[in-house]
Amino acid sequence: MYTQGLDSLGKECVHTVASDTAALEARFQGKVDADEKIEPKDWMPEAYRQTLIRQISQHAHSEIVGMLPEGNWIARAPTLRRKAVLIAKVQDEGGHGMYLYSAAETLGIEREQMQEQLLAGTAKYSSIFNYPTLTWADIGAIGWLVDGAAIMNQIPICRCSYGPYARAMVRICKEESFHQRQGFEIMLALARGTPEQQAMAQDALNRWWWPSIMMFGPSDTESKHTAQSMRWKIKRFTNDELRQKFIDITAPQAKFLGLHIPDPQLAWDEATQHFRFGQIDWSEFHAVLKGNGPCNRERLEARRSAHENGRWVREAAAAHAEKQRARAQRAA
Amino acid sequence: MSNDWPLYEVFIRSRSGLEHKHVGSLHAADATMAVEHARDVYTRRQEGVSIWVVRSSDIVASDPNDADALFEPARDKVYRHPTFYAIPDEVKNL
Repeated sequence: MYTQGLDSLGKECVHTVASDTAALEARFQGKVDADEKIEPKDWMPEAYRQTLIRQISQHAHSEIVGMLPEGNWIARAPTLRRKAVLIAKVQDEGGHGMYLYSAAETLGIEREQMQEQLLAGTAKYSSIFNYPTLTWADIGAIGWLVDGAAIMNQIPICRCSYGPYARAMVRICKEESFHQRQGFEIMLALARGTPEQQAMAQDALNRWWWPSIMMFGPSDTESKHTAQSMRWKIKRFTNDELRQKFIDITAPQAKFLGLHIPDPQLAWDEATQHFRFGQIDWSEFHAVLKGNGPCNRERLEARRSAHENGRWVREAAAAHAEKQRARAQRAA
Repeated sequence: MSNDWPLYEVFIRSRSGLEHKHVGSLHAADATMAVEHARDVYTRRQEGVSIWVVRSSDIVASDPNDADALFEPARDKVYRHPTFYAIPDEVKNL
């Protein structure tokens, strides 16, 4: 359970003697190795706590920012059903952000701190949300590829060592599968439609394919955090393993749609039983992470305006609650 | 999210007959808003028939560091389990 004293947990650790720390670390690692969950009030290495705060808050920010590219098309969805479905999906993303902020808060960080980090541009969020949604087909491509890649990443995290994060992921994964089906269904309708619709679907796939496979992060050799994250069972599979799995699963789906994946080197390798694929342009990935993707500034601006424009609502709600509370106290 | 919105823990009863289970937390200006937000965040797929919200600061939790001492009394009382007792097979309904 969670108490407000969580932020003092870290400070207690500072006072323990080196030998105590070694014993505590050994017990902690023993639990992780035995697939036991670490819960909020358990002792944990400070680096484990900080890594999780970083990862979970970035995950939460990704969900919230992810509402923006899709929210862009709610007013222009082609049918009422598609509009209702898209609203439900975007609402889910907001909810996912809430589950994750809630999980991060169990580690001692306040919601406001995370909010400030996002709005100040110091917190990262998934690179994929810095791309624009140019056509309705983009909504299909996002559901099929982006949510598909997210599912691939998220299912192993359901078994991560930190209890609140694992439980949030179970909830999220249950909801995520409708997202991917919604996207694929859109692509299917377009692929079976007029030549213009097919072209629009192909164009969306052309623009979203590479950014989607970049979502799995840098190649294992480049990824600094992987080894420690795997020892702590925060990460259960490497970036490259997940990326390969995603490509193996998705290539046949594209074939079914009659669409062409924009990778001339994509080919089934009978010997390895995997799809070979072309070189990823990591310079684009790094540029987007640094803030120079097509929509980075726009996304942050949207978040800042929303935060500023909503300030009067938050303050009014707090003032109202205080007034009610004072009134009740006087009446008592 | 302003400083004035405290943290609430959320418990949901998914079906009549089951107990409320802890599902997470959220910030709200007061208890009424907390219930409404809990409805929006945690029951979008009809996962609940009842919601409890409790201010996080009101939750008292046992300290994991004390777990060994706190739960020690039950450790050597294996006779609380039915399997401790040897009953002959011929005896029915025991």
